[in-house]
Amino acid sequence: MKNGTVIIGNGIAGITTARHLRKNDSQRIRVISSETPYFFSRTALMYVYMGHMKFEHTQPYENWFWEKNKIELIQDYVERIDPKSNQISLKSGEVIDYDNLVIATGSRTKYFDWPGQDLKGVQGLFSYQDLEALEKQTPKPFEKGHPTKRAVIVGAGLIGVELAEMLLTRDIHVTILVRGGHFWGNVITASEGEWIGKHIASHGVDLRYDTELEEIFGDEEGRVRGVKLSNGEELPCEIVGVTTGVTPNVEFLTGSGIEFNRGIWVDEFLQTNFSNIYAVGDCAEMRSPINGRKAIEPVWYVGRMMGEALGLTLAGKKTAYRPGPWYNSAKFFDIEYQTYGLVEAKESKNQKHFFWKQDGANQFITVAYHPESQIFQGINAFGVRLRHEYFDRMIRAEKSVADVVGGMPAANFDAEFQRRWVKEFIASFHAQTGIKPKKSNILKSLLTR
Amino acid sequence: MKNRMIEKIGASLILLATFAYIGLTFLVDNSFQKTDASELDKIKGPDFTRMLTSLDDAPPAIMFSQVGEKINQYNHDMVSQKGISSEEQKAILAELDGKAATYSEDVIENSLKKKDWAKEKLTEYTSWMIGRDWESFEAFEGEFKAKVSDVNAAVVNEFGVGDGGRENFRMEVMKAGTPDWLRSGMAAWLIFGLATLGSFIYLVPLAQSSPGIKNDHIYHRKSQTGKGSALLVFAALVAFYIVLYKFPAFLVNQSVLLDPLSEWMSGGASSQWFLYGFLYTLTMFIMGLRMFLKYRGNKYQQVRTASVFFFQVVFAFTLPQILTRLQLPAYDLKSAWPLEYTFFFDYRIDEYLQEGTLGLFLLFWGIILFAIGVPVFTYFYGKRWYCSWVCGCGGLAETVGDPYRHLSDKRLGAWKIERYLIHSVLVFAVVMTVWVAYTAFTGTSELLGISSYSIRSTYGFLIGFVFAGAVGTGFYPVMGSRVWCRFGCPLAAYLGFVQRFKSRFRITTNGGQCISCGNCSTYCEMGIDVRWYAQRGQNIVRSSCVGCGVCSSVCPRGVLKLENGPEEGRINENPIIIGSEGAKLNLSE
Repeated sequence: MKNGTVIIGNGIAGITTARHLRKNDSQRIRVISSETPYFFSRTALMYVYMGHMKFEHTQPYENWFWEKNKIELIQDYVERIDPKSNQISLKSGEVIDYDNLVIATGSRTKYFDWPGQDLKGVQGLFSYQDLEALEKQTPKPFEKGHPTKRAVIVGAGLIGVELAEMLLTRDIHVTILVRGGHFWGNVITASEGEWIGKHIASHGVDLRYDTELEEIFGDEEGRVRGVKLSNGEELPCEIVGVTTGVTPNVEFLTGSGIEFNRGIWVDEFLQTNFSNIYAVGDCAEMRSPINGRKAIEPVWYVGRMMGEALGLTLAGKKTAYRPGPWYNSAKFFDIEYQTYGLVEAKESKNQKHFFWKQDGANQFITVAYHPESQIFQGINAFGVRLRHEYFDRMIRAEKSVADVVGGMPAANFDAEFQRRWVKEFIASFHAQTGIKPKKSNILKSLLTR
Repeated sequence: MKNRMIEKIGASLILLATFAYIGLTFLVDNSFQKTDASELDKIKGPDFTRMLTSLDDAPPAIMFSQVGEKINQYNHDMVSQKGISSEEQKAILAELDGKAATYSEDVIENSLKKKDWAKEKLTEYTSWMIGRDWESFEAFEGEFKAKVSDVNAAVVNEFGVGDGGRENFRMEVMKAGTPDWLRSGMAAWLIFGLATLGSFIYLVPLAQSSPGIKNDHIYHRKSQTGKGSALLVFAALVAFYIVLYKFPAFLVNQSVLLDPLSEWMSGGASSQWFLYGFLYTLTMFIMGLRMFLKYRGNKYQQVRTASVFFFQVVFAFTLPQILTRLQLPAYDLKSAWPLEYTFFFDYRIDEYLQEGTLGLFLLFWGIILFAIGVPVFTYFYGKRWYCSWVCGCGGLAETVGDPYRHLSDKRLGAWKIERYLIHSVLVFAVVMTVWVAYTAFTGTSELLGISSYSIRSTYGFLIGFVFAGAVGTGFYPVMGSRVWCRFGCPLAAYLGFVQRFKSRFRITTNGGQCISCGNCSTYCEMGIDVRWYAQRGQNIVRSSCVGCGVCSSVCPRGVLKLENGPEEGRINENPIIIGSEGAKLNLSE
């Protein structure tokens, strides 16, 4: 085992693998990345752009951490993997031998073959290089006379909203093209999408529903000058933000013999079709996902949890990746969003929704439960903070919605002195659904904690 | 664009007021020629009045040194009138004719016939030298000359102006020369009113913006990243503290502006300390208002800001004035030892004991505050009850210092320095207090060969003035808002012990929701790397945490919550990140 583990990619999945491997074993660990010298939090790029932080603040560990923990960092680009000889070739010409290989190359922005998508000013928001490109295209704060005045964002999801928020801080007019009739239509419910849409519009964003991108126009210098929409309308703009989603970054594996579909096929131990090659994070595709989870889940938390499991496996403590109930979070301008369990975008014969909104406040919640068994299935919370531990416990125990809603006072994670909403929420749930919430026995819950 | 215009107008008014305020030192003349001579006579009698009226009108910047010269001249006159001249010293030595043993009270009497005061002093100082065996006459002569200059120094202290009271005296003199119009109240309204109006205008766009996190462009601005104008503010603040503590007479015109207010509140004239208290309160009001608007939608921040402002206005600013009016010892009742390091000084103990029941109450209040109040409240709520709800230093940091809160150093190395430094100051404060309390109760100044007066003046200079004042506030624009609280405050160190080892307070992390973005760490004014804990699902229990709650406010994922709860499980060394089975083996780093 003299060559130890080589990890391609220094994002959350790759780095978590390295850290957990190091905690449990002393083998050689090398991490290769072409993006940045050190691990940083991808989710925080927007805050660097908006001036909330410096780039160095997005690095969760100080630079000495890696040497101290004997994690070797190599800044290079992997061109080819040769599983037969257990070697990888780097762009610099160097060839590296490995005993175990971890592929954690993440995703890249997905394009839909729009005419003009290669023009300067068309970009997604994923990598550090995307941030640099955006900085180049947009005026620095307080800079006058910059040509970039308008942006069109294609795709109404989490990244689309973040990009809009970012561009607004540089006084750029933003239009978002929403494919469906409400915001983030394939994930959140119509009522939620409607309120989120209103909130986004209140910040001055021009939202175009049921509208898609047809074509991007450029000028003589190859820069974006406008777009044509599916309704025939043309909009002038200098930036086109592509936030219709991401796709696993796996093309370089073509011909290597490593099997992949959209992502790299892995089993529950995150192992590929080669016994010493693994894949984690955005680029991995589970052959048989469990707990109603998706085969590819390109989110921070999944990358971290996969890394935790794989780190142990590589250290000789074979550990399967067994994700618990789904959870996620985001922020739409000023509205925080948390979700636990599975809330579908639409009610079905297997899922019923209860929607509640606080009058005059951007606080709303959707509770999902099975119409017959009344088992709690999930919750979307907007503008309120909920305790992860509570819902994780409730979903694992398959508690009824009456239990879960009745016990919600224990789930409130809002800051002290915030307006109390739980009582009204519970009363409204009772009135609207006819289900009587069961008050939790506080004494008992304290004892069992 | 419109907003930037409004902000510019507001900022211009604030700058105008600031220039007018500073200009008082350089542009507004003090005049002794126009002042009523009978008023001046009250200071040091007609001789000194004549010296002052010989001075031409000049602003404090120039008058400062001119008055200094007059004080020197007056001291010199006093020494020649009442002290021992070099001729007289020579005469005494000549009379002894090289025989030290002949030195006697008669010799003194004969040589200093009319100078009764000097005669008495010299007798007192040299009585031990009479009738002793001296190795040589030179040895006697050296000792004698030293005693003569001691006598002359005593003359200065008694009749002239000694070094200890020199700056306060200079202030008092120059006050007499300030023009009446400055004291009418109109000028104060104009200057402070203009600054306040400018601030209100500046805050209009903030008030109109939607609630939410407002940290846009902080790292794009030089003024908030320790460059450019931040260095100017830094220099100005440090200079202000040096002038305030060491050369207050430069601020004489500014000080008398507030005479009407001071007289209304305490019955007495304003001083540099009244001016300081007023500026402190006013800037806290304006920046507190900014804090209130910035954190709309976050009740914790608003309630907390209201609380620190209340304690500043009522306890720190108003109550001492009322106590003065009632001729009681005027202290800030919320300021606890060892932050209030003068609490056990002999003069304060004397004051408490002289004031009967009320004095005793003050003494017991102060003791109960630090001995019972601090540990009990900290047990239930963490040190935040003091540091970010009550304390004056904390109040200033949370309001005036808020624009600089992110500048605190988050590196592990800084945390190490912090622990050495703050605990050293605590030890220093305790040792110093033992010494001065010993002096206060026994009347002896020396303990183990060290004088309590030298130890307390060292503490007063290094910690009270340099660290807490000039560095603590002056360094806001370059090192963040809590330099003093983090590295120096002995009370914070004491509160920190309780918070770390015996308290119900902690910052809870919300399961596995952290995305390691770093907003919490960036905006922690105490330099705590909050993210380090949050991303591993570990509760944050740190002695330095002042519970300002900003980490929770700026968290985009709702991960952090300030909580008081059962002690059990509060410090989870081996946290479990919720989310997957594999994560159950999350070992400590």
